[in-house]
Amino acid sequence: MKLLFHGGRIVDPSQGLDGRADLLVEDGIVKRVGGIARNKSWQTVDASGLVLAPGFVDMHVHLREPGGEGKETIQTGSEAAAAGGFTSIACMPNTNPVNDSPALTRYILERARQTNLVNVFPIGALTRGSQGEELAEIGVMHRAGIVAASDDGNPIQNHQLMRRALEYIKLFDIPVIDHCEDRLLAAGGCMNEGAMSTRLGLRGASRTAEELHVARDVMLSRVTGGRVHIAHVSARESLDWIRQGKRHGAAVTCEVTPHHFSLTDRDIADYDTNFKMSPPLREHEDVQAMLQGLADGTVDCIASDHAPHTSLEKDTTFEEAANGVIGLETSVPLALDRLVHTGVISFTRLVELISWNPSKILRLDRGTLREGAVADITVIDPNRESTIDVRCFKSKSRNCPFHGWKLRGIAVMTVVGGRVVYRVA
Amino acid sequence: MPLRGKHLLSIAELTVPEIELILKTARGFKEIFTRPIKKVPTLRGKTVINIFFEPSTRTRSSFELAAKRLSADAINFSVSTSSVTKGESLIDTGRNLQAMNPDLIVIRHTLAGAPALLATHCKGSCVINAGDGMHEHPTQALLDALTIKEHKGRLDGLKVAIIGDIKHSRVARSNVLLLTKMNASVCVCGPPTLLPVGFESYGVKVTYHMEEALTGADVIMLLRAQRERQQEVFYPSFKEYSMLYGLDRCKMKWAKPDAIVMHPGPINRGIEIDQEMADGDYSVILEQVSNGVATRMAVLYLLLGASEEPGI
Repeated sequence: MKLLFHGGRIVDPSQGLDGRADLLVEDGIVKRVGGIARNKSWQTVDASGLVLAPGFVDMHVHLREPGGEGKETIQTGSEAAAAGGFTSIACMPNTNPVNDSPALTRYILERARQTNLVNVFPIGALTRGSQGEELAEIGVMHRAGIVAASDDGNPIQNHQLMRRALEYIKLFDIPVIDHCEDRLLAAGGCMNEGAMSTRLGLRGASRTAEELHVARDVMLSRVTGGRVHIAHVSARESLDWIRQGKRHGAAVTCEVTPHHFSLTDRDIADYDTNFKMSPPLREHEDVQAMLQGLADGTVDCIASDHAPHTSLEKDTTFEEAANGVIGLETSVPLALDRLVHTGVISFTRLVELISWNPSKILRLDRGTLREGAVADITVIDPNRESTIDVRCFKSKSRNCPFHGWKLRGIAVMTVVGGRVVYRVA
Repeated sequence: MPLRGKHLLSIAELTVPEIELILKTARGFKEIFTRPIKKVPTLRGKTVINIFFEPSTRTRSSFELAAKRLSADAINFSVSTSSVTKGESLIDTGRNLQAMNPDLIVIRHTLAGAPALLATHCKGSCVINAGDGMHEHPTQALLDALTIKEHKGRLDGLKVAIIGDIKHSRVARSNVLLLTKMNASVCVCGPPTLLPVGFESYGVKVTYHMEEALTGADVIMLLRAQRERQQEVFYPSFKEYSMLYGLDRCKMKWAKPDAIVMHPGPINRGIEIDQEMADGDYSVILEQVSNGVATRMAVLYLLLGASEEPGI
């Protein structure tokens, strides 16, 4: 079984590649990259005008199964990922029950295997039940297949426990993914604390609540040598700490979401709950800092924090509404339109942020089109325009703030292990 | 000229001519209060529902009286404050009310944006915001403006000091929006813990010190002192608050000799205001209550019956 991509531009930062080349896939593996003559017996994709990149990886996704199947399932989440150009996703453990056991980890992997669309990499809970009191059995979960440990939405407040966690995970060479938020400082705020929260009369969450835990993590990672990955950075001060930490050799990496590089708290018009997420949308200067960090290398990844919710959780007052937006089907168009076409970053840098770096952080054998690699490929039409329409989403949920946005650039084909799992209509 | 909007959800959405129209209409309605029969037939056959998700006696009574003096049928829909009021039930309650075809719904809610949410789900009715969380309380600002105008003849150029818990106050926000639109010069004053981030963006002066706020003030608006909110403590004691911010004869000397003292009620005697100031000549607190009824009549009339003659 051979598949040839002919006439495309291949962008693969793992081997410093950006140029016109053909790519041959055989039995799910990248067989050859270069000038390859067509062969009638091969399935051939005319890739002229298109960009081929190693399959995109979204390392921050909530699939909601088990326990929240009304919002999303491993099936629908995988379909959304494939349609959005992602070949691999890492799913957070805040399911019900929480993924803090090898049995649940294996259940998720089994459901993903049955779904048979994209690679699903489970993230295990860092503490039992994500209660922040005692470490979960990270070792046995690691053996079952987790790629990172995190208490995501319920971040560890106890600094000593965080230190122990960062020491312990060195044993497995996995990162702790931290949602940085000091709960007391955030004081139950439902949007960024600033002029906008004052005007809307909504309780604000101080940016310092994020910064404090980012600084803590940078310090603890330096002391312990444990790898910490800061999820969804939103405040400019947080990036300053990460930049400084990296300079001093801390094992810290971080991600930024498309909504945090595209929107500000001024976009929260009429209490639209599709703009409510944690961390909240910040200010213009923060968006500028995210763009700067994406360009200068401080930011390692783009991740969506895909967080599906039904209208039951969203169709209510702003304070009562659930936190979170979906992102699997909007990340790539937003990154292309807002980052690449505007000249903030190059195509190579985009692939680094959305494929090669997350693969390295999670130690996945993905993110590359080297000969012999698994043939996970994302095919981009950089100039095709699309209008975001939530009614067309594969995701079960519709909580997206970008409905109606016109964007340039889209994933037109998603290939997982040499198999085409999505092709645009 | 009627109001542009179908609802009254905030001062932010009102234009200067609309504010002037409401105040002028309210002044007209005040004349009715002196008659032996304090009722006009203007809104006969209209139905007004008051739905309060937060305890309130004076605002609710004020709206009820306003509706009745215009001959509208007013009913009160009290939501038990002990039961948890979820947004889902707000939408469902709205749909249920809608099924009874009211012409207007007056809503007070503990959460910002609830009246706007109700308005989107009750397409057939007008909605008046009678206070939503820390967001706005538009009729309070309008009745305050009416009271100031009656005493000072204008709003333009007046120096207004707003004192106390600015952070949690919808009254402060609505008043600041209205007064700045009308070109008054506003100074807000309170302990740093009760001054919200970014309040300068309203175009007001922000100070911690009473002397600075009161010097040369034409109008002093006091807010109700609440020491604790959501398990957080914002100042050490009422005694200390009273020493720093409680209005007494001594602090009153900083203001203009003809300054007026206002309070949205209910007042904490001995905390934000002492006995003498609350009952003294400076105080217009009870006039605010009377003007509340007239202002709410004006708003009801302008939203529901502006095509007809007011019948005064």
